[in-house]
Amino acid sequence: MVGEETANLERDSSGRRAGAYYEHYAHDADIGVRGIGDSLESAFAQAAVALTAVVCAPEKVTPAQSVQVVCDAPNRELLLVDWLNTVVFEMATRCMLFSRFDIAIRRNALSAVLWGESTDRSKHQPVVEVKGATYTDLRVQRDDQGRWVAQCIVDV
Amino acid sequence: MDLGQLTQIGDYAWRIDAHGAMRVPVVLYGDRDLISAMDDKVFKQAVNVTTLPGIVEACYTMPDAHWGYGFPIGGVAAFDVDRGGVVSAGGVGFDISCGVRTLHTGLSRSQIESVKSELADALYRDIPVGVGSTGRIELDDDGMDAMLTGGAQWAVAQGYGRDADLHRIEEHGCMQDADPAAVSRRAKQRQRREMGTLGSGNHYLEIQEVVEIFDVETAKVFGLAVGDVVISIHCGSRGLGHQIGTEFLRDMVTSAEHFGIDLPDPELACAPIQSSLGQRYLAAMRCGINCALANRQIIMHLTQRVFGRLFTDAELPLLYDVSHNTCKVERHRLNGRDTALYVHRKGATRAFGPGHPDLPEAFSAVGQPVLIGGSMGTASYVLAGNSGGAELSFSSACHGAGRGMSRHQARRRWSGRQVTDDLAKQHIVVRSPSMRGVAEEAPGAYKDVHAVVDATHNAGLARKIAKLRPLVCIKG
Repeated sequence: MVGEETANLERDSSGRRAGAYYEHYAHDADIGVRGIGDSLESAFAQAAVALTAVVCAPEKVTPAQSVQVVCDAPNRELLLVDWLNTVVFEMATRCMLFSRFDIAIRRNALSAVLWGESTDRSKHQPVVEVKGATYTDLRVQRDDQGRWVAQCIVDV
Repeated sequence: MDLGQLTQIGDYAWRIDAHGAMRVPVVLYGDRDLISAMDDKVFKQAVNVTTLPGIVEACYTMPDAHWGYGFPIGGVAAFDVDRGGVVSAGGVGFDISCGVRTLHTGLSRSQIESVKSELADALYRDIPVGVGSTGRIELDDDGMDAMLTGGAQWAVAQGYGRDADLHRIEEHGCMQDADPAAVSRRAKQRQRREMGTLGSGNHYLEIQEVVEIFDVETAKVFGLAVGDVVISIHCGSRGLGHQIGTEFLRDMVTSAEHFGIDLPDPELACAPIQSSLGQRYLAAMRCGINCALANRQIIMHLTQRVFGRLFTDAELPLLYDVSHNTCKVERHRLNGRDTALYVHRKGATRAFGPGHPDLPEAFSAVGQPVLIGGSMGTASYVLAGNSGGAELSFSSACHGAGRGMSRHQARRRWSGRQVTDDLAKQHIVVRSPSMRGVAEEAPGAYKDVHAVVDATHNAGLARKIAKLRPLVCIKG
């Protein structure tokens, strides 16, 4: 499954896909989430959209309410896991789903505003809870086209 | 898995001899077909486990073993404090004390058949299931701490069930040495509204019919006969367990260097048992066990209420409750000496044999009921622990069928509607908030539970007692 932001789908002069987007990839019993973007922030934001997409279609989630979060970690990889686990925590404790993520990252410290709404089972048709983000297949790095890729497996 | 890498040491046992950094060998249980079909990553993960400090005897894998985070699912490993042994959050898993509880109904299939749909609707309505579901119990700080130290005993004291139930639960319903102070505020917050909820994914509540008995005498002791209807509940410690697992895994990953532990895989993160971090994890993990025991006790009570409305005489006593994601201190023979070991079972069921002092009197002569969950369309099994199990695998057996394909693959192959219709043709009623979830849990996405159970039986890990076929499945 490949999910993409509806905007910025045109390709640039080198033929690469422009803009930020997310992907899922198969991994044994669970599922991989991957965010790709021109900045670390957009890759992290798309990884979180991919997390939501494990639960339901992100386009069904109206970004009506906001929640502010912060997290920090010793390195970028652990920061991604902490970030996704922070989103999991907010989803679980607030019974909310999120579809937009405004992120700032400074020296492995992240602050973000999560935008979403209360889980509505008839509207969102959620499939499965995410137990947590894991260290498996954990990567935060630039690809050969210079874009940031942030990925890991999530336990469902 | 390439059998050429293994030494066959029995009809159903294979060994990876210790080499390189391995401190002990790996012993894999299964028949030739199961081992051949097993993911190569099980080989690598089991080998990784044997490199951890203080491991004793061997890392054992059950016939349903498959890839897991760090430890393989279906993996068993025991650690000795006196040899610098460790406790591993990855060796327990995110869903601490996930397990199966089976109840008698005292009813027969013919009594259930005419009200099957009505029962399915009532159970689906009364038992919170799926994403975003919340229980009717909201715990304050004191209530949370009491639940985390009391487990199912706390639940019974709150009016969910009877004292007699507690004799039919591992640890008599309450894991000792649980310390709520070791559990973070965030973990407690995550659990506050989740008591008595089934969850999602592979969790379920099933009404099942006993369709075959393999050992009449033991089945009689367990109270099972062909045609009986039972109920099985599969779920765990919900958000609390997940949060404890997440937080301690991170702490153990970042502390590994400090402890001088070389982790071949970050998900194997662990800490010395005697370290402050190791002790805090054990205290928190035991709270997770109590949370799971309380959760299954509450769901059992909700189930009893539903049945009580339709069958006024139905009592639904408990057969047994097992956990298959734990680390417990148990006494085992090690080099001829009785030794306390920290036994990790991840996707493996404790299977104490006859005469074990921790068994309730009712099962002392025949061994512990070992409850094995299958998929929606196949079968579940009741097994019993064997006397020889202690030497084979620290008294451990399989826990289920194990996934044969990813959720992603399952979703591409089946639709939820198609799965539901196929099961309806087999007279199995499914209720679930998510058709996509049903597709991901399609019976075809799982391995052959019959082969897994046969191999478990033939390897001597536990013996087959009864086969259960689903009639109604409430799926998370």
